[in-house]
Parts: sequence; structure tokens; C-alpha cells
Amino acid sequence: MFEALSGNLGAVFDRLRRKGRLRPEDITEALGEIRRALLAADVAVGVVGEFQDRVRSEALAADLNRALNPAQQVVQIVHAELVRTLGGEAMSISFAPRPPTVVLLAGLQGSGKTTAAAKLARWFRSQGRSPLLVGADLTRPAAVEQLRVLAREISVPVFSETTDPVAVSTAGLAEARRLGRDVVICDTAGRQVVDDALMAEVRAIGEAIQPHYTFLVLDAMVGQEAARVGRSFHSAVGLDAVILTKLDGDARGGAALSVRAVVGCPVAFASVGERVGDFERFHPDRLAGRILGMGDMLSLAEKAEAAYEGRQGAAAADAAERVLAGDFTLDDFLEQMRQMRKLGGLGDVLAHLPSAQASQATEAGVDERRLGRMEAIICSMTPAERAQPAIIDGSRRRRIAAGSGTTTAEVGELLRNFSAARKMMRSARPAGGRRKAKGSKGRKGRGASRVTPAGGARNRSAAQLLEQMEELESPPGTGEQPPGSQPPGPLSWPGR
Amino acid sequence: MAKARDVPDEPPRTPRWRSRLARARSNLGERLGAALARPHLDAGTWEALEEALLGADVSWQVTEQLLERLRAEASDQRIDDPAELRSLLAAAVADLMDAPDSALDRSGSPAVWLFVGVNGSGKTTTIGKLAHAEVAAGRRVVLAAADTFRAAATEQLAAWAERAGAHLVGGEPGGDPAAVAFDAISHAAAAGADVVMIDTAGRLHTNHNLMGELAKIRRVAERAPGELCETLVILDATTGQNGLVQARMFGEAAGVTGAVLTKLDGSGRGGSVLSVRAELNVAVKLVGLGEGLGDVVPFDAAAFAAALVDTEGIDPHVRGA
Repeated sequence: MFEALSGNLGAVFDRLRRKGRLRPEDITEALGEIRRALLAADVAVGVVGEFQDRVRSEALAADLNRALNPAQQVVQIVHAELVRTLGGEAMSISFAPRPPTVVLLAGLQGSGKTTAAAKLARWFRSQGRSPLLVGADLTRPAAVEQLRVLAREISVPVFSETTDPVAVSTAGLAEARRLGRDVVICDTAGRQVVDDALMAEVRAIGEAIQPHYTFLVLDAMVGQEAARVGRSFHSAVGLDAVILTKLDGDARGGAALSVRAVVGCPVAFASVGERVGDFERFHPDRLAGRILGMGDMLSLAEKAEAAYEGRQGAAAADAAERVLAGDFTLDDFLEQMRQMRKLGGLGDVLAHLPSAQASQATEAGVDERRLGRMEAIICSMTPAERAQPAIIDGSRRRRIAAGSGTTTAEVGELLRNFSAARKMMRSARPAGGRRKAKGSKGRKGRGASRVTPAGGARNRSAAQLLEQMEELESPPGTGEQPPGSQPPGPLSWPGR
Repeated sequence: MAKARDVPDEPPRTPRWRSRLARARSNLGERLGAALARPHLDAGTWEALEEALLGADVSWQVTEQLLERLRAEASDQRIDDPAELRSLLAAAVADLMDAPDSALDRSGSPAVWLFVGVNGSGKTTTIGKLAHAEVAAGRRVVLAAADTFRAAATEQLAAWAERAGAHLVGGEPGGDPAAVAFDAISHAAAAGADVVMIDTAGRLHTNHNLMGELAKIRRVAERAPGELCETLVILDATTGQNGLVQARMFGEAAGVTGAVLTKLDGSGRGGSVLSVRAELNVAVKLVGLGEGLGDVVPFDAAAFAAALVDTEGIDPHVRGA
């Protein structure tokens, strides 16, 4: 998600970095480019203007050229502004003292309400709650049927009847009390238009069931209208938060950036895939990091944690550390590929990685469609070959190719890619050595583990990589700037 | 099954673009109106024009192109009254969007139309309404429920087929969509039907495997007895800059022959199709103007342009150059 915005902003910062000292016209130019990047990302026109103004005044106030690295300072200002625009803190969901907690979903047609309802139910279940889904969308043909099918998949009961939406909702609430369900999620009908009839219906349902939370389900690919839709629903039914759907496409993220500023309520959840489990809490700070290409290792680690439990999890974390340290073997590589599938596929993992690493991985030929062939190749190697790929000569190569149904060229390519990936990870490793993250849960303050570019000893691309890594290691702007202004680092592999 | 209230009984009517689109007036339109009401053409006017276009989801590249043309025209014609810019802008947009032939190709027997698009863009509803219009015009229509993925998608299309008086060929949930498409076309050919409309599962254009599946559906549909005449990508008018990428990716996977812009009766202006036209040369062939059965109608570039730039009271048939 947000690749386009991320890429465009990255290009702006790259140009700034090449300049060293920044003249006022450089800033003006960069601001213009940032504006275009935001507009291309569907951020509301008004929000773009404010964003630009605030970054400009911050940049002026910061007296950029007194900082040793002015470009980094601009990145930092933009990062802070992104977090702010995205809504600051992640929204917390509390539960009604007297259950059930009632949740009402509203939104336009095709925004993904029914799917979001099921996903939300699954999320509540993962929080140890017992939800009931109420199908009050009696308008769209087969909408209730769709809800039932989805609910069966996650073993959550559905209540619906063919009366009218308000009656269904009220009866659904009574049914939840009777069954002792502690969360009620009410799916309502959408319309193509933000029209009065739709608003009246949602408002009537709201008045009947008095929801604790009213969520607007909003398609993340909606453009400039996101602001208008959000405002209309907010004034009609009083929104508590927004659920963004279809964020797994290359949605530009404009809605995510506009909702808070225009509607005034936070984004609570994001739907990031077709499967019922592809549903996440929305973390503004992590997303800002992702947009600026700093990755979101925290979310990735959480997913890893959820995917592997117990001892296996510890082993996975260990392997992950070996990967980061650059001492991984082909066996680890194989294991990683298999685990990647559990984590939601390579694409998803790459999306959480800092852009530099992700693009390096892509350049190194890591591509989802080829994973199967790579797996076959590694499986055709002996344990000795996996531990020490250097011993693989022409004859072994032919044997491996025959065993895996590939060609010697493909085997050679895999070996080259593997060695390149290992080198890349090694050069990316913090100079402080292998990072033992034990005991430091979550964000780790940055210590002495910054990479220092080693003069002319390295070739240009390695130096560039180091520079990128340095920026990744240090949150924007921490590199060379006055102390006391260090934001917490968004990137660290959390220990266990 | 739920009572299908969005399948109304009313007969198809002639939709009036203006009145439909006039329902949703954006405040950008008002701001534009204020700027154009100023006595002289100045920087503020250009800024307001730019904001109005950007606010209608027109990409900044196309916005710049349009404004460049407008600036040239304004200085050539020594325009000083900002109000005149409105019709110039509408004409520029209409020129961009105008396509020589936007009629649907019915040349095959049967003619096969494939509908593709992201989730929730309105494929099934568009097919339902189009089927109704085709049947009303005396053609025999077969609908292929090749969306075997989304829960209850077949039921939704079945409700439309019944209402429209079209045949439905469906498959098992989770079955092979290409097989459903092939069966439907074979059935239609055997029964002497005129048109086959294939509904496919909504998919995000970033999903390689699903886009591959779409390419397969297309290949299989081409091998069936009919002729694949149209592959239409459905674009939601509320979609922002993503619309261009959607059209491009669906075009790469399935060879798109045209676009359908849905939900134009909502508040979305559909400005993203300007880039689709400008950069991909894909013409919009149909638009969805409302929830009524007759509300899927042929695209009209002038009316679309007029609505986009809010030219209330200006003859939509005024064209530049």
C-alpha cells in the first residue's frame, strides 16, 4: 500500500539530499513536488494545501542550513506532519460495561461493508469476544446471503429477517442479549449516492440500536470524494471512526491522509486483503514510516508472532536475526520462503520492509512466482551443498537441475542471487555487530549501532546503500542534528 | 433471499444527464463559480480552475495540459471575463473524452462481452441493467456468473437475470470461472442467443494470480463458439488517481476495449477517466447514472464535460474548435 506516494516522496528527498545545502528555491521546488505527490495520492486538495503550508513554516522555523544534514531535517518534518495528518495515536477500542457493545457499519455501495463486517467480527473474536452479525442490508440482492457465507467461515452467528432494516437491527440486538453475545455488528445497506434516503435509514437504525461505535466503511481507492463522503456521514450519523478497505491494492492512501483532517475522526482499522484475516488496526506512526520508505517492522513482527506460536516462534525470530545478520544458509533461505507463505506471501512481507531492502530483494530476483522453482532447486541439494554453496560445481549443478526439473542456468542464478542477498544483508548489518534485541520490546531507542560510511574503501553503490541504511536505522533527521529532538526510531527488530 | 429493492419494476426511462448529475454539487464547483464571477481574469482564477479539476479527481498531469490549452486560448482570444473560461474548459474536456465510435460491438453470434474491474466497482449491477436494456431491445441475452469467488455473487446476478428476462449460466462456488464462461458461450451459441455477458469476480489489479486468471478467462472465451467483442473495465466514478492504474493493469491482462464509468450519479465526478483516455486511449463507452433499470446509458463526452466543470446553464453541445 502507498507505494506510489512512497516512491514519489522518496524521489523528492533523494533530490534534496544530492544538493547538500538548501536554498530557499530548493525548498519551494521540493514543496511543489510534495504537493504533486500528495495530489497524485488522492489526498484532499484542502488537506494538501495545509500540509504544504505547515511543512513550509516548519522548514523556515527550523533554520535548515544550520543543521548538518538539511535534507534529513526536511524528511523529519514531513514525517512528523504525516503522522499528524494520519491521526497521531492508534485508536483504542473499549467495550461497553454492560454488554453487548454495539457497532454500526455504514458506507457507500461497493465500499466493502459486508466483508468488513465479517472481518471485524473475526477481529473481535481474536480479542476473546463473542460477536453476533446482524444483516440489515435488505437492499442489495443476496447481501445477507453473502454475510452468512462469510460468517460460516469464521463461525460467527448471523441474525437477519426480511422485515425492514430498523426492525432487523432492533431484533438483532435483542437476539444478542438472549444469546449472551457481547458484541453486535450491524451491516447496513449502501447506496450509490450520498442521498437522504440512505442517511435517514442509517440514522433510524442508529437511533433504534444506540451503537457504541459507528464506523464508516470507506474504499481506500476513493479519490477526492472521500472527504465529502466522510463529512456527509459524519454530520448525518456521527462517526466514531473509519474502516479503510482495499488498502491491499496500490491504493494511494489519500483517504487515509484526508479523513482525520476533514472528518475529524480517526481511522480505526484497515482491510488489507481478500482473506477474512486480512484486517489490521490502523497505526498512523507506522504508516508514516511506511510511506517514507522506512518500513514497518513492528507490524511485520506482530504478524510473525501471530503466525508462529511458542517455540517455533522463537526459532523463527532466531532465523530472522540470522537473516538480518547476514549469516544465513540456503536452509534458512528455504525455511524463510516457506514461512513467508504463512505470513501472507512475499509481497506482503516486502511491503513492510524498508524500501531499500525491499527493492534490493526485488532486484536480487526474489519474485513470488519463482519461489516454487527456487524451493525445488534447494530441495534437490544435499545438506552439505546447502550449508556451503561454494562447493557446487558444474557437475553438481547439472545434478541439481535434473533433480529439480530446472536448468543449470537457473541453479546458477539462484546461487548468485543467494550470495548477493547475503552480501546485501551483511552490508546492511549495523556496525555494532549482530543485534541482540533481547528484552527490548517494541521500539528500541537508537544507540551506537549506526552504520558509518567507510570512506573511499567502498564502491559507490555500497556507499549509497549504507547511506540509505543509515537513514533507516536512524529515524528521519536523527543523523546529525542537535540533540534533544530525537523521535523514537520506528525500525528495530523486536526481541522476544 | 433478501427482497431486491435495487431491481425496480419501473420501465426504463430516458435519463437526463443534467438533472441526475446536478443532484450532487460540490463545494469546489461553488468555489469555481465564485472565482469565475470575478470581474477580471487573474492568477486567482487559474488557481480556482486548477483546484476544481484536481478536486474532481483529474490528475495533475491532465490538469496542466487542460490549463495550458486554456491559457493559450484565453490569450489568443483576449479573454478577460473569467466566466468565458467555463465553456472553454468544458470544450477542452469534451474534446479529450470524445471518441469516434463508442457503440458496443454486437457483431458476433453470439457477441461476447466480458466485464472486469476491482471489487465493488459495480460489475454485476451494470450487467443486470445492460441485460435489461438488451432484452427490451429484443435481443436474447445469456449471463455468465463467472464470479465464483465472492459469496452469493451468483445469487445476485441470478436476481438480475430473472428481472431482465435473461438466461443465467452459473457454476459451483469456488469453481473455474473460465469453465463457466465457456459453458455460457456454448449454451448461448446452441440456443441462438445474441449476446453473452460474462460477470467476473472483482479483483484488485495488483493481484498477479487473479489477473492471470482473468487472462485465462479471456483466452477460453475466445476459443468458445461466439466472438469476444468487448472487454469492458468497470471504473467507479468516486475512484481517484488509482483509476488509471486499474485501467492499465486490466488492459494488460484482458485487453480492454472500453470503459464503463459507474456511480456517476453520486458525488464522484469521475475525473480519473480523463487520464484513462489521455494516457491509455481507452474510450468510455457507458456510464451508470442511477439506480433505475434504465440508468446505464451511452457515454456523452459533452454532457460529461459540462458536469465535470459545473457548467450549469451552458449549452452542453457548444464545442471548441
